[in-house]
Amino acid sequence: MITMIKVADVVVLLVMPFVLTGVINRVKALWSGRKGPPILQSAFDVVRLLRKSSVYSTTTTPLFRMAPWVLLVTSLASAVVAPLLGSEPLASFAFDFVWFAYVWGLGRVFIMLAALDTGSSFEGMGAAREATFSTLLEPSWFLVAGALSLITHTPTLHEALALRVDSAAAAFVWTAAVAALLIVLQVETARMPIDDPTTHLELTMVHEVMVLDHSGPDLAAIQVGSALKLLVGSSLIATLLNPWAGESSLRAASSNLALVVVVAVVVGTFESLMARFKLKVVPLYIFVALGAGALALLATTGQMGSGR
Amino acid sequence: MSSVVVHQQPLALVPTLGPAAWRADIVAHLGAGKRIHTLYARRGSGQQVLLTAVLEDDGGSSRFRRTQLGPHDVYHELSSQFPALHCFEREIHEQTGLPMPGHPWLKPLRYEGQDQSAMNRHSFYKIEGRELHEVAVGPIHAGVIEPGSFRFMCLGEEVHHLEIQLGYQHRGVEQRLCQIDPRRAGPLVETVAGDTSVAWAWAWAAAVEALGGCTLPIDVEVARAVALELERVAMHLAGLAGLAADIGFLQGASSYGRLRTTAINTSMRLCGSRFGRGAVRVGGIGMQLPADLLADVVANIALLRTDLAIINEHFLTAHTVVHRLQGAGVLSTAQARELGVVGMAARSAGVAIDGRQGRDQGAWHVLPLAASTLVGGDCWDRARLRILEMEASLAWSHDALQLHPRWGSARQTVGPLQPQTLVTAVVEGWRGEVVHCLETGAGGELVHCKVQDPSLRNWMGLAIALRGNEISDFPICNKSFDLSYCGNDL
Repeated sequence: MITMIKVADVVVLLVMPFVLTGVINRVKALWSGRKGPPILQSAFDVVRLLRKSSVYSTTTTPLFRMAPWVLLVTSLASAVVAPLLGSEPLASFAFDFVWFAYVWGLGRVFIMLAALDTGSSFEGMGAAREATFSTLLEPSWFLVAGALSLITHTPTLHEALALRVDSAAAAFVWTAAVAALLIVLQVETARMPIDDPTTHLELTMVHEVMVLDHSGPDLAAIQVGSALKLLVGSSLIATLLNPWAGESSLRAASSNLALVVVVAVVVGTFESLMARFKLKVVPLYIFVALGAGALALLATTGQMGSGR
Repeated sequence: MSSVVVHQQPLALVPTLGPAAWRADIVAHLGAGKRIHTLYARRGSGQQVLLTAVLEDDGGSSRFRRTQLGPHDVYHELSSQFPALHCFEREIHEQTGLPMPGHPWLKPLRYEGQDQSAMNRHSFYKIEGRELHEVAVGPIHAGVIEPGSFRFMCLGEEVHHLEIQLGYQHRGVEQRLCQIDPRRAGPLVETVAGDTSVAWAWAWAAAVEALGGCTLPIDVEVARAVALELERVAMHLAGLAGLAADIGFLQGASSYGRLRTTAINTSMRLCGSRFGRGAVRVGGIGMQLPADLLADVVANIALLRTDLAIINEHFLTAHTVVHRLQGAGVLSTAQARELGVVGMAARSAGVAIDGRQGRDQGAWHVLPLAASTLVGGDCWDRARLRILEMEASLAWSHDALQLHPRWGSARQTVGPLQPQTLVTAVVEGWRGEVVHCLETGAGGELVHCKVQDPSLRNWMGLAIALRGNEISDFPICNKSFDLSYCGNDL
């Protein structure tokens, strides 16, 4: 069973990033009364981009060419420790949520440096915005992951996410973690209301503006990397929501997969029904995640105190 | 009987003052808080420069004031005192070379008759400071619409100053219009600013008809007004769809966009062009309204009103939309007056100027239009005003079609134009007043024409409204003003 789950894990890793992107776009299309592109359109786009060649500005250095592939590799590196199917992932070790945070960080640093490398004033602005938002986001992640780890008394990410809601404190931590992780997902994957992935207005962009100069296979790597982050982020929330999380069973795996799609539908619905935030409101939105994480951590100390 | 403001005077009767008296007259007029429609110049005989001001008087009428400057007269600039004149004085300096000592910013508006590399000789406005950074946008637009160069001086995300440089599409419109028969220039005029075809064509037609001594029956006036209101509705829908897309409000973007199709298709049924080309022709209209078409147009208007009510409700009550637009890009009433901003940008900033209000003859006299004015001057009020204006325009068009369901009057032949005459026509297009001034020579031929889109005056309003805002709010401020590049560049 475990081998089968691991094989399925690899399949999910290869297919679901495109499906999730497609689901979000389909949800947005349906909300606005359109039919929408095929679910696998983003996979077709990647194939198209891979057949093209990349164009490089003469002001850029080799760093610019490296960055997309670093993003792809770091996204994969985060995916192997994420419970994509609600149970033990491909790799798992004590305190892997630290690894998780910093491989994402590494990918982001490279994309930001590549953006600065182009010398464009837009891309510098985008990098500055990304740096601000991610600085605020990192503590939220650690507060949530730490709270989950404390309340489940487990050091690995997938076990901590398979939290059983069996006490008031656990219920509180669970609720706060779902809310915080949804915000983390929206910020990390540059979705609305933080960033508008479909806009053409470079002055308003955060993530999109940093990748304006990438083309061909490089752009494909960035798109796959971003889609992978979307899958990984959604699967974290799905595992929290999954009642059979932690089991190596078919029902755990299939419900996790279904919940990942539900998360994508929620993200798409957010994008359809609200306007994007003003840039200076975004930090406040991230503070909600930070506050939720801090409260979750406080709840765990309460439980530990009463246990003694 | 004319629905729009038309003022005509034989050149001999146009008050021509000495430079000092002329200046004192302009200063007194503007100092009293009154408006100017336009100020332009042309080279007279020899070294002389002939300046013409078209001033708005009470009751929507207008009057001319002329002066002549010889080679030894000095023109004292007025922009420092009345910033509303800055675009006119820059244009005059560019077109005639008239020196203007003391003018704060004499950069050419559109680099007429020069190679585009001439732009490099004029630097952008500079602010010194170690913490400031410049952001250059354009001239190629990210959405590949029209070209314009925007230079932002920013402190972090905050914009201290924005300079807008246009002129990339200068085509020599005014020179060309003087070379052809004005009675046949309609098809050319309505393509100068293609999103305001009807207003441009009407202003031109009204001026030429006045010169030709031709008066139109009321059904023609109403037909033109319906075409103008349909254009207004279509462009407001396009603008709101763009604004909704720019803030990422998907439902607004798709619904307003869809409804625009209904509006422009109605135009197409009437005149054969979705953009209202051919609707207005010198001497009459290029539209027909048989009974079955009338039923379709009325039905389309009813559909627009019903569906608009639904999407407006969504747009106006979505908290994220309100929060995103409110307080962004504020143009205060004082600033709007000082800069001479016109049209919907002015009306949303508490300046109630609308050429369709208070008319004593024509289409909007037989059927008055509900006035809309808001006072906030921010992106939110500019969006709300467009919604209000659409509702008023649709209601008016519906009533107008009940009142005048037959547009049967034949197109009139306009005879020879009166010689030695100056005429101005002002039409309230969707963006603001379109002003055309024509001057005929001894044989009734055009010797000068000045055509003006409201964008010429409103671009500075956008630049000022953006000050102190975040640079990421520029796209919504720009979209909410919705100005024309080609209408400015001519």
